[in-house]
Amino acid sequence: MSTVGTPAPPAPAPAAGVAAPDQRRQRRPRGRRSQVLTFARYLALFALACFFLMPVYALLLTALKDPGQVSVVRMWELPDRFSLASFRAVWPELKDGFVNSTTMAVPASIISSLLGAANGFVLSKWRFPGADFVFPLILFGMFIPYQAVLIPMFYSLSRAGLTHDLRGLILAHIIYGLPITTLIFRSYFAGISDELIEAAKVDGAGMLRTFFFVALPIAPPAFAVALIWQFTSAWNDFLFGVLLAQRTEDWPITVALNNIAGGQTVPFNEAMASALLACVPTVVVYILLGRFFMRGLMAGALKG
Amino acid sequence: MTDTNSLQEAPAASGGRQPVGIRLEGVTKRFRGGVVAADAIDLEVRPGEFMALVGPSGCGKSTVLRLIAGLEEATDGRIYIGDREVTYRLPQERDVAMVFQSYALYPRMSVRRNLGFGLRMRRTRRDERDRRVHEVADILGLEHLLDRRPSALSGGQRQRVAMGRAIVREPQAFLMDEPLSNLDAKLRVSMRSQLSLLHQRLGTTTVYVTHDQVEAMTLGQRVAVLRDGVLQQCDTPQRLFHEPVNLFVAAFIGSPSMNFVKATVEGGTVRFADVRVPLPKGSPLASADRRVILGVRPTGFSAGTGNGRPEITLRPEIVEELGDERYVIFDIDAPRVDTDATRAAVDAETADDALLVPDERARITVRLPGDVPVSIGEPLTLSIAPDKLYFFDPETGSAL
Repeated sequence: MSTVGTPAPPAPAPAAGVAAPDQRRQRRPRGRRSQVLTFARYLALFALACFFLMPVYALLLTALKDPGQVSVVRMWELPDRFSLASFRAVWPELKDGFVNSTTMAVPASIISSLLGAANGFVLSKWRFPGADFVFPLILFGMFIPYQAVLIPMFYSLSRAGLTHDLRGLILAHIIYGLPITTLIFRSYFAGISDELIEAAKVDGAGMLRTFFFVALPIAPPAFAVALIWQFTSAWNDFLFGVLLAQRTEDWPITVALNNIAGGQTVPFNEAMASALLACVPTVVVYILLGRFFMRGLMAGALKG
Repeated sequence: MTDTNSLQEAPAASGGRQPVGIRLEGVTKRFRGGVVAADAIDLEVRPGEFMALVGPSGCGKSTVLRLIAGLEEATDGRIYIGDREVTYRLPQERDVAMVFQSYALYPRMSVRRNLGFGLRMRRTRRDERDRRVHEVADILGLEHLLDRRPSALSGGQRQRVAMGRAIVREPQAFLMDEPLSNLDAKLRVSMRSQLSLLHQRLGTTTVYVTHDQVEAMTLGQRVAVLRDGVLQQCDTPQRLFHEPVNLFVAAFIGSPSMNFVKATVEGGTVRFADVRVPLPKGSPLASADRRVILGVRPTGFSAGTGNGRPEITLRPEIVEELGDERYVIFDIDAPRVDTDATRAAVDAETADDALLVPDERARITVRLPGDVPVSIGEPLTLSIAPDKLYFFDPETGSAL
């Protein structure tokens, strides 16, 4: 599950870093030397965390400042008062992008995860001759750079008439997501006891019913990982969006964001506010699905 | 299952179905990489029989069970359930139920749905399904647990759910893969007798895999002993114990295991160490003159002397007290028998203690009643029952 570490908000790190040494000192008295060492270590970690959080700080602060107070000179200063004016200013331009991105990313991640679950299931628990050959082939898809397939993909999708709405973009994200979702589910199912699947076989379930009745109910942790990953990459994608959404009214939010932030004379409080808005959904998805990471869904199946 | 009365009164869950047999003809399973887990096995399980498959780990007993279930495909040979050949049938087409060592309960389903899953997959009507689930839950004492998830059950309860999942389907055969091995010793013994009772009640053909020869002997109407994928002997527990076909079966069956010494047969007597024992009447070895491996069960010795039987005097080295009986262990002045067969049959711990025996001498275990006075190092004279001797060929290991 280390793959999902990326979207995790790193904010809690410094707080924990400060609190931990105090608690530990109370629990277990230590030598003065090691106390100093521990303190130095946490201090260094805290400083690094602050350094890495600086852009986030600037983003939040500038977006929430009163537009009148925004200037390069006073970039790091806390404002006298907060204001949502920047958000109000950019929202009308971002609204369509928001809707488009949601319409695109939600089905793209759900369908891709479901297909990945099916792939992962047959590649690990209902193996067919040649499975060991097919799996590396699917994985290979992860290592093909977007640029390499861009022109043929655009050509085929536009010939199929799919570039005049979001369908082509959704299709591209589903297919491009398959290698990673397949990998996630294959690894997850590989950790499930074979006897569980065999019990279902002997009980009379075929491949599809074993998948739906036995494998899927224990897969929510894998779904959480796959959905977060897929949603984030579909939502954040720019290249496919700008290429495959031909009409301006189909542009996803990343393209819309680019049009605001990329302009020459855009006040950067508005650029920051747009950027902040654009990254809210991925954080929300992470928070909503993150609780399914918990393990223990297999509890009770085996001897225990 | 704690309530045996409900077991007796419950209607037979097999619904009066005629039990069918299982037949394996020359079944071979060769895994990729060349391991042969089952080697031309011919085995017939009679209708309604409780057949135990036993052998040391890695002997292929689980593979045989999985071949019957259809979870492995036979490399060669044929498998019949009743009159139907099922060799290439999928597991779901074979109408057998399996109980796994790990229980393999569906973790996201309640006990009720776990029990009913097989019926649901076979599209049994809902009211019929409910009726049978309740019936089986009643037999196994699971009614109050029906709405729990497996995670909220104890080990013994999970085991009963796994059993119930098999029973509720009223299959043509039960296949059980060490179903009791994850229970603690006490529960295992009580589940063992419950299983016997259950089999009497249902009369369903059962194939039961275990590595524990005591479990196999107590449960099985017949026991099939396997070694390295080869069926050694398939017989009633009594005959396995008294007429083992070879050294391996003799060493594997019985606890403590049979004692072996290298011996010589000549002129109607068998000689080992400084003891001569006349061969039993009508022994095929009577006129032979050859080297043999002599086997004596720990019960083949008795404390009484002067009854005309050949005697042996020994100095006990270890005395294990069991209350009303004791095991007396001593070395004798004869070479130790250490063949692949005996080594495969005994546990690692006993194989290790052979290392402590000086001079490669044979070690003998004797079971004596608790009232016979024994002390370590003091000479003790025992008599040997000539009709309780077993003879094996030192080369092939087969019984003579």
